[in-house]
Amino acid sequence: MLKIENLHARVAGKEILKGLSLEAKSGEVHAIMGPNGAGKSTLGNVLAGRPGYEVTQGTVTFDGKNLLEMEPEARAAAGVFLAFQYPVEIPGVNNTYFLRAALNAQRKARGGQELDSMQFLKLVRERVKEMGMTPELLNRAVNEGFSGGEKKRNEVFQMAVLEPRLAILDETDSGLDIDALKQVAEGVNRLRSTERSFLVITHYQRLLDYIVPGFVHVLADGRIVESGDATLAKELEAHGYAWVRDRTPAEAHA
Amino acid sequence: MNAVATPFVESMQAAAAAHFPDSGPAWLDNARHQALRAFMERGLPDTRNELWKYTALRALQQRAYAARDEDAASRSVADDLLRLDGCEGPRAVFVNGVFRADLSLLDDVPEGLTLQPLSEALQHKSEPLRFLLAARADEDEDGLTLLNRALAANGLIVRVADGVRVLEPLHVVHVGTSAGSAVAWHLRDLIELGEGASLLVVEHHAGDDASGHFANLVRNVTLRERASLDWTVVQRASSEATLLRRTDCVLHEHAHLDFHALELGGKLARHELRVDLAGDRARFDSRGAFVLDGRQHCDTEVLVTHRGRDTVSDSLWRGVAGDRARGVVHGRILVQPGADGSDGSFYNKNLLLSPTAEIDTRPALEIYADEVKANHGATVGQLDENVLFYLRSRGIPLDTARRMLVRAFCAVALDGIRPAPLREFCETLLAEQLPEAEA
Repeated sequence: MLKIENLHARVAGKEILKGLSLEAKSGEVHAIMGPNGAGKSTLGNVLAGRPGYEVTQGTVTFDGKNLLEMEPEARAAAGVFLAFQYPVEIPGVNNTYFLRAALNAQRKARGGQELDSMQFLKLVRERVKEMGMTPELLNRAVNEGFSGGEKKRNEVFQMAVLEPRLAILDETDSGLDIDALKQVAEGVNRLRSTERSFLVITHYQRLLDYIVPGFVHVLADGRIVESGDATLAKELEAHGYAWVRDRTPAEAHA
Repeated sequence: MNAVATPFVESMQAAAAAHFPDSGPAWLDNARHQALRAFMERGLPDTRNELWKYTALRALQQRAYAARDEDAASRSVADDLLRLDGCEGPRAVFVNGVFRADLSLLDDVPEGLTLQPLSEALQHKSEPLRFLLAARADEDEDGLTLLNRALAANGLIVRVADGVRVLEPLHVVHVGTSAGSAVAWHLRDLIELGEGASLLVVEHHAGDDASGHFANLVRNVTLRERASLDWTVVQRASSEATLLRRTDCVLHEHAHLDFHALELGGKLARHELRVDLAGDRARFDSRGAFVLDGRQHCDTEVLVTHRGRDTVSDSLWRGVAGDRARGVVHGRILVQPGADGSDGSFYNKNLLLSPTAEIDTRPALEIYADEVKANHGATVGQLDENVLFYLRSRGIPLDTARRMLVRAFCAVALDGIRPAPLREFCETLLAEQLPEAEA
C-alpha cells in the first residue's frame, strides 16, 4: 500500500529526512518511534503534503501512485489521513459543516455520490456513538475552545467519518492524560481493519500498550536505524534512545 | 470661488444653473444658492481632511456628470433587483436617483408609518422640512454635503409615530441603470422615530449601470426616547458606480440603533456614519463587512459621540480585499465631558487575499469624561496557512478552503441581520462575491 524509498526532505533549508525507507502493507500497524528532532513529524507532514516540506530525493508510492506529485486534498481523497499533532482551531467553521464538506469533496474526487444532509447526519450520529464523542462538539466551531484531549479525540473522530486507507497519527498521545489516551486508543483500535494501515508516530512507548503495532521502527537522524516487532518498543523503554543512536541504519522491516 | 474648476465642479455648477433657479419657495432657493456658493469655496474634500485621508477624489474631479437621467421615470428594472428575501412589506424604489411610484409598494403601509418622497414634499408641503433643508451649513460639512444641499431633489421622508412598532421591514431600493451617459444624483433622506417607536429598514443598492453614476446621499436620523431602529444596508451597486453616503444619527434617551452593513459593490463606495448618543443610556450597535475585488475602493467611517451618561456603542467590522482593492476603516469613539459611565468599543479585523490589496484601519479614542470604558482594536492579516493545510488535508480543495475561511471570517458581522431570510441571503451573496485568493 505505502512504499517509501530513500526519502530525503528539507524544511526551511535544513535536511531532516536523510534516506528513509519503509513499506506498509494493507492492514498493518507500524509504529515510528524516535527521539525529538529525529524527523518523525516531518515524515507525517511530507506524506500529507504540507507546504514548506521539500522532498529532495527518493520516492513515495501509495497504491501504486506517486504520492509526492499529488496536492494535499488529492492525497486525502486517495485515502491518506494525518491526525495532527497540533490540531488547528477554525473559528466560524462549524464542525459538522466542515466534516460534510470534507467527506463530500473526497467522494466527489473519487467519482462517487455526495451525501445529502440526512444521509450525512445519520453517518455522523453512528460514528459519534461508536467513538464516544460528545455530540455537542459537533455543533461547535472546529476545535475552537476544545481541550487538548477533545482535539485529539476529534482527530480520531474525523478519521472514523472519513475512513482513510492510510492513517498517520502524529504524536496523538502527546498532552493526553491516561484516561484520554485510553479513549483515543480505543477509537483507533475500533478502526483497525485489513483494509487500513496505520503509521503511529510517537515519542513514548506508552501509547503502544494500547495500540499494539505489528512493527516498530526507530527513527534517528532522519533514517530508520532499527526495526522489529512490538517487543522493540519495550526494549527502547528499558534502554532509552541512546541504545539505538550509534547503530547503523537498518533496512525497514516489511 | 476658490474651488478649482475641474470637469466635476463645472458639471455640478451647470446642473444647479439648469434645474434650480427659483425652483421652490424662496427660503429653499436661498438655501440652495448658499450651499452652492459654499461648495464653490470649499470644493470636494481632499486627503488633507482627516476623514478623507485614504480616499482621494482625484479621479472623480476629472469626470463630468449629467445633471439627471431624463428617462429615469420610465426605465424598466429587472424584477429581481426589486426583491429581497425577507422583505415583503412596504417598498420605496429609486431608479437613477428618481422616486418611482410605479415600482414602489406604499399603499398598504402600516398605520403610524408615514413615507413620503422628498420630490413630492417639495412640491406640495415643503414648509415642515425647512428645519432640515434650510439649516445653516456647519463647519463639519464637507463639499459633498454642501452639494447635496444645493442639488438634492429626491429622497425619502420616513416617520414613525410615537409608540408605533412597525413589524414589517421597510425596503428601500436604489437602482442604478445605464442611462447612456454618466449621471449624478443627490438624495436627501430623513428618518424620524417617535418615542417608543420601532422600525426595521433594509436599504438595498443594486444595478447594472456600466456608465458609472455618481450618487451622493445625505441622511438624517432621529430616534426619540426609547425608539429603536434596526437598519441593514446591502450594498451591491454596479461595478463602475461612485456611491458616497453620509448619515447623521441622533439618539435620545434610551434609544437604540442597530446597524448592519454588507458592502460588496461599487467602484468607489464610502459611508460616513455619525452617531450622536445624545440621551442617557442610548445605545448603538454596528456590525459590518466589506468584500472587495479588482480595483474597488470602500471606505467606512464610523464616528460615535457619547454625550449622554451610560451610553453604549459596540462596533465590530470585518474587511476582505483581493486583487488591487483598497479598504479603509476608521472607527472613532469620542466621549464628551459629562458622558460618565459610557462604554464604547470598536473592533475591526481585516484579511488581505493578495499582495497588491491594501486595507487601512484606524481605531481612535478621544475621552473627556470619567468612569468610562473604551476598547478598540484593529488587525490586518492573511489567511492562516496552517488552517488552509488542515482543511486540504481533509480533502477540501484549496479554493473551497479559502472561501470557507473568508466566509467564517465575515460571519460574525452578518449574525444579527434580521429578518432571518435576509441574513441567509446576505450569507449567500458573500459566498458568491468572494474574490480569488492569490498566494
